[in-house]
Amino acid sequence: MFWPLLALALLLLFDYLFTPGFFRLELRGGNLYGSRIDVLNQGARVMLVSLGMTLVIATGGVDLSVGTVMALAGTVAARLLVVDGYGFIAAVSGALGIALLAGAWNGVLVAYFNIQPIIATLILMVAGRGVAQLVSDGQIINFNDASMVFLGNGHFFRLPFTLTIVLFVFVGMWALTRQTAVGLFIEAVGDNPVASRYAGVNARLVTFLAYLLTGLCSGLAGLVASSNIKSADANHIGLYLELDAILAVVVGGTALTGGRFYLVNSLVGALLIQTLTTTMYARNISADIAPMPKALVIIAVCLLQSEKARRYLNQRFTRHQSAALPAITPSRAQP
Amino acid sequence: MDKAPLLEIRGLEKSFPGVQALQGVDFTVGRGEIHALMGENGAGKSTLIKVLTGVYNRDGGESRFEGRSIRPRSPREAEEAGISTVYQEVNLIPHLSVAENICLGRQTTRLGFVRWHAIRKRAEKALHRLDLTLDTSRQLSSCSVAIQQMVALARALDTSAKLLILDEPTSSLDEREVAELFKVMRKLRGEGMSIVFVTHFLGQVYQVCDRITVLRSGKHVGEYATAQLPRMELIARMIGKDVTEIEKMSRSRDRQPAPLSAQPFLQVTNYGRKGSVCPMDLAVRPGEVVALAGLLGSGRTETAKLIFGADQADSGEIDIEGRPVTIRSPRDALRYRIAFTTEDRKVDGIIPNLSVRENIVLALQASRGPWARMRRPEQNALAGRFIKALDIKTPGPEQPIKNLSGGNQQKVLLGRWLATEPKLFILDEPTRGIDVGAKAEIEKLIDALRKQGMAILFISSELEEVVRASQRVVVLRDGQKIGELTGDEISEQTIMRTIAAPTTDSEAVHPAQL
Repeated sequence: MFWPLLALALLLLFDYLFTPGFFRLELRGGNLYGSRIDVLNQGARVMLVSLGMTLVIATGGVDLSVGTVMALAGTVAARLLVVDGYGFIAAVSGALGIALLAGAWNGVLVAYFNIQPIIATLILMVAGRGVAQLVSDGQIINFNDASMVFLGNGHFFRLPFTLTIVLFVFVGMWALTRQTAVGLFIEAVGDNPVASRYAGVNARLVTFLAYLLTGLCSGLAGLVASSNIKSADANHIGLYLELDAILAVVVGGTALTGGRFYLVNSLVGALLIQTLTTTMYARNISADIAPMPKALVIIAVCLLQSEKARRYLNQRFTRHQSAALPAITPSRAQP
Repeated sequence: MDKAPLLEIRGLEKSFPGVQALQGVDFTVGRGEIHALMGENGAGKSTLIKVLTGVYNRDGGESRFEGRSIRPRSPREAEEAGISTVYQEVNLIPHLSVAENICLGRQTTRLGFVRWHAIRKRAEKALHRLDLTLDTSRQLSSCSVAIQQMVALARALDTSAKLLILDEPTSSLDEREVAELFKVMRKLRGEGMSIVFVTHFLGQVYQVCDRITVLRSGKHVGEYATAQLPRMELIARMIGKDVTEIEKMSRSRDRQPAPLSAQPFLQVTNYGRKGSVCPMDLAVRPGEVVALAGLLGSGRTETAKLIFGADQADSGEIDIEGRPVTIRSPRDALRYRIAFTTEDRKVDGIIPNLSVRENIVLALQASRGPWARMRRPEQNALAGRFIKALDIKTPGPEQPIKNLSGGNQQKVLLGRWLATEPKLFILDEPTRGIDVGAKAEIEKLIDALRKQGMAILFISSELEEVVRASQRVVVLRDGQKIGELTGDEISEQTIMRTIAAPTTDSEAVHPAQL
């Protein structure tokens, strides 16, 4: 929790000092606007996906198909609204339905057929965009249904409505994992699958559930993403978002090897990544080279989390200190 | 040996969050001697070795090796200085060949290319030193545990070591293999090498060691010549009690005859699985301990796994309390109130990064299902109860279980299963790799559970233990039940005689050939 928060604070401090206008907040039409609000609004997608991704990673797996599932959900909703003339409720239900189906597909492949998560979800990652193209007939579908547009652009209590969605999903996920034993089982299965099975944990069900929930989260993120731009573009919605989501989870301290997971920390990680992105835009860094500074910051956070790197830095530090002050015995870092 | 000692450690200090693991420990190893490092679990043996071999950093103290002060930062640095270690768990790579395992990380290369021929030669030479001829291109996982241990030893010796540390090398070997190992150890001592030997088997210490250093709760208790320290005295030093108390503790219990008339809790008929367990009959009654005895690889663990549903049977029936049932997964077994602590705690027992509390509640929570979560106060109460009842030494219930010593991890696992209030408890090597004190406690616990009417299936490689604990002994060989002993028939001699007896059915086939 500490390191990603520290990194976020440092980054915000940097923006406060060096990025003009980043901390400006305006009240327009009764709603707040500004870079920091942008971070929250744009970050909603990564936050939503990273909540699901946290569970999948905690089981020791990974879901590469989240970006594709976003595109699927977005195009299904747009098609139902525009091409088939259904209402908002039907469109959202259809989109979330297909997202759940996608999650279930991944879950079955991983949990019941024991296919390696990377491979199992890679299949959908690649094939799913094709399905989305079929759904949209290869067209970009534009829509202007008021409710649908509100999802990604509306305001609630002066803040973007997307935040309400994130909050709602977070509370739901927290309740589902921490108010039941699902969270404990996920951590047990991720930490030691064999021992968990011997202890009577239904490892398959738990793993399946993690992928199913990730599907749902990705579906919601897809709805938000397409609502943001009032259209569904099967090729571009959620492109490379799996990377941001995985990074958010890892930066948040959930190990890729599975085990302990931290939902709140993943949200902080997602915010860190979005703040980076927004900072880059605010400083007019071209989108082509933007990934590079982003990668540097993320590597720094990951190194800070690594015991080994910390110990190394610590030793360097104490050695310098003891060289400067020979009278003081150097204290050793605890492992 | 009147020269300066090979290794001299003075006032070693090491602490972990919440625990002072070593407090001013001294340890001296002379040249060309086999030196036993003894102590209960948590006494600091492993920590001492890990500091010595550079796995941990020390907090204070001095160590001199061959007269020079050393402070290795990694096992590799220790190896380069001449200190090699064979750890309790075989730390090799199962999918590589024997030769690769011996030379891994120090391959002979020419212009950056690995010279396979030279590596194989070198591996053969290293094995030859242990009087072992073996096809070095064989995949390691296809070798027996004993051979793997020898390969680990060969790997350690390959680095021209002067001091060899053997951390519990015998816990997964049978008696003949242990004898082989001892022969090798004596040979190496003859060549002038010093060996530090960590073990829980007191008998082995007296067979092979010259001197003994005893640790207790992170402190140095004393250093003795083996010949001048009788067994009882040694135990007394280790657990810090006086001799008379121990004699009371180890006096053999009364053996009540098995109540054969009672209805068995578990009755398997013709139960088996191709390739591991030949179809067999077995019954366990409430209030009795049935032991599975036999050499390693005789099918004891496989039988237990079959009954627990970890492996699926492909023949035979299973009855619980007289009713036929099917058990196809551990969850099924749990439903019929069957508990199982496995042989290998680390691989299929503990959930290492979860807390002691979470490890204790896991099985009970699993039996209630994911939706009926136990409230935190209930979890705390349960964990607290077992920490107290089983005397689990932990800084607190929220400590990750991986930080506990082996014996205490085992107690947590016993607690995990006792929390489910089992009617049949299958214990596979529950005392392996844990110290005398904890061993006695676990034996006492087994007896208490039996008296409360639990049915217990007990597996142990230590015949002494089998004889002390059980009312009935089922003897296995090559995955086959070859005999059953009850009451007064049970003794180490009869068990061994049964194992050694020629097969009556000359047509018997090894299960692996089926």
